[in-house]
Amino acid sequence: MDFGLSEDQRLLEDTIRSFLADRVPITRVRELRDAPCPNDRSIWRELAELGATGILIPEEHGGSGLALLDAALVAQSLGHAVTPTPFLGSAVMAPVALAALDDAKTPAWSAGIAAGELVFGVAVTETFSVREGAGVELRGGALHGKAMMAIDACDADLVLLAVGGDGLAVVRGDAAGLTQTRLATIDATRCTSELVLDGVEPEAVFDGAGDALDRMLIAGRIALAADSFGACESMIEQAVAYAQQRKQFDRLIGSFQAVKHMCAEMIADLEPARSLLWYAAHSFDALPDEAPLMACHALAHISEIGREIASVATQVHGGIGWTDEQNLHFWFKRIGVARHLLGGPELLRNRAAEIQGLAAA
Amino acid sequence: MDLEYGERYEEFRREVRSFLEEHRPTRPVGGFLEGPRDELIRWLTLQIERGYWARTIPKEYGGYGAPPDLLETVIMDEEFNRAGVPRGMMAQGPSMLVPTLLEHGTEEQKRRWVGPTMRGEVVWCQGYSEPGAGSDLASLQTSAREDGDDFVINGQKIWTSTADKSDMMFVLVRTEPDAKKHAGISYLLLPMDTPGIEVQPMRTMSGSLGENSFNQVFFSDVRVPQSNVVGRRGEGWKIANTTLKHERNSLNANPEGTLFRLMKLMKEETVNGVPAMASPVYRDHLMRLQGRTLAMKHHGMRMLTCSLKSEWPGAAGLVAKLQNCQLNFDIASLAIDVMGELGVLYDHSKYERERGFWQMHAIFSLGLIIGGGTAQIQKNIIGERGLGLPREPKPAKA
Repeated sequence: MDFGLSEDQRLLEDTIRSFLADRVPITRVRELRDAPCPNDRSIWRELAELGATGILIPEEHGGSGLALLDAALVAQSLGHAVTPTPFLGSAVMAPVALAALDDAKTPAWSAGIAAGELVFGVAVTETFSVREGAGVELRGGALHGKAMMAIDACDADLVLLAVGGDGLAVVRGDAAGLTQTRLATIDATRCTSELVLDGVEPEAVFDGAGDALDRMLIAGRIALAADSFGACESMIEQAVAYAQQRKQFDRLIGSFQAVKHMCAEMIADLEPARSLLWYAAHSFDALPDEAPLMACHALAHISEIGREIASVATQVHGGIGWTDEQNLHFWFKRIGVARHLLGGPELLRNRAAEIQGLAAA
Repeated sequence: MDLEYGERYEEFRREVRSFLEEHRPTRPVGGFLEGPRDELIRWLTLQIERGYWARTIPKEYGGYGAPPDLLETVIMDEEFNRAGVPRGMMAQGPSMLVPTLLEHGTEEQKRRWVGPTMRGEVVWCQGYSEPGAGSDLASLQTSAREDGDDFVINGQKIWTSTADKSDMMFVLVRTEPDAKKHAGISYLLLPMDTPGIEVQPMRTMSGSLGENSFNQVFFSDVRVPQSNVVGRRGEGWKIANTTLKHERNSLNANPEGTLFRLMKLMKEETVNGVPAMASPVYRDHLMRLQGRTLAMKHHGMRMLTCSLKSEWPGAAGLVAKLQNCQLNFDIASLAIDVMGELGVLYDHSKYERERGFWQMHAIFSLGLIIGGGTAQIQKNIIGERGLGLPREPKPAKA
């Protein structure tokens, strides 16, 4: 029995973290927040060279064929560095769905993602939450309707979208009849948009793709939990470092129990959540029967502790934590948007109860 | 990640399971020293013979003498829990005194006390806290004055669990009145039938039900040989810290079993003719507790792996007592809320559910949030040892 990371996994984490520290420091993130879409292609291509974009793609399609736990470690590192990149949509959700779908084009698309040449957006919000009367349907071979809060779709070459009850379709990002509007959120490091489809010709349509949809949502929720977890981890590191150097009343503020206990409570919430996250990610490949429940609990739990950590870590900094200059808000907002991107805690917990037969589905 | 135990351990699990099927006692033995002592001694002796209790204690001290193996321990605990039988005896002698003696005791002390303690022939209580020395334990004032070959003890202890049922006490006393606070303490072994000891039971907030074996213990000129010191005179603080570590390890049981019990309650308990589980409000609360419970369950597995590999887990290794005690309290609180106006019934009142278990569990969990190092002391430890935050400066002497 060994409940922990392998040497290779630790190495992977180190590699991604040092790449991000070197190539995407917070000064670069500050530049990207003013771009029309923060997902920068040069970062995406460099991540591809490190093997990160094809991490879940089979080796025969140019990927590294690793497990979701490996992908979660990359997502965690990206959250830790608040890196703007289409990893969630393109490297996690789309590849998991494509692997479960049977079409002549899917191997080439997977290879394109692994090579860093293709960016895939994902528009599946309506499978778990319908707002503003959104929804996409196929009529006479063309797609009509709208999809809300699409992930990583703004600048995407292709978009994977939910159609009707349990269908999926792939459309080109520049297809005729497709209008994209960026939906700006508090988090300037994540790409979210609305897609309006007025008779769009799909590249591929998959009926009865419920299993592919389920698997991509499970993987997406675990990777998003990892992203949010990484952001929490960084906020605690920043708060503890600040408490170790900031003096008031002639004392380091970390020596005051009021501040020390805030830090202790944050880490006491964070570390067990790491264990839950590892288990959830491990279950996706090794214990697939448990994965749907674990994905709901991991994301809901991390969203809950994340809201608290985001607030408390900012409070440890006092007024400076609330300024733009201190940058802490990038992490606060990353955690805030992750909380709702693939279902909020209440929605996820209701789903967890349904999965266990405790609530009517 | 590899969550398989492997064939050798699965074989061990089958062996424990068949032992329990054959020898499982039909009524409770050994929980909190209820029932006849000779039955307890027979049951513990059988467990030691088979290696399910005192497993890693050397044979010459009365144990089974197997090499330490954490997975075997986990399997034994899982199987005994599954059978609803306590493994060994949940008491302060085996869980706190014995590890301390094995680490710091003389050869004679080990031979004399370890075996009888593990077999339940000698029952111990712990004399640590005093009315003026709780979280600041090292400020304790109970004195042991040197007189010939003896010490003469005067003072008072409080929160002494099972003092009324114990044969012996391991006690912290001040032997060096002129030494600094931490350097003046010694760790003594004291027979409870020594003249001058008075035990007064305390009534706690759990009232007539539950664990009510806390006591105050008063010492008036209690005489004990100096040879009853464990370690050296004045080293009691260091030795007590080994013991406290053992206590914190034993207080952080995972609440998964209690959560299952709550889920069963929520399916059965109805309000306005509808099961509590059908209420989205209660159910959301339950699912939130399930998320926390799963986090602590898997955290336990991760910490177990760190122990197996002798890796220092950092702050991650200091959070289980804080989290699990609070989680137990929160689970009991939801159960009480689900039962609503019937949730407050107690003392085996008409309509009381599960013989008052949930109110007892809430009160007992609150006791554990405080006992064995309060939540606030735990947060100091996490902040200072886990995160490297500076200690509180000592106040200037007036």
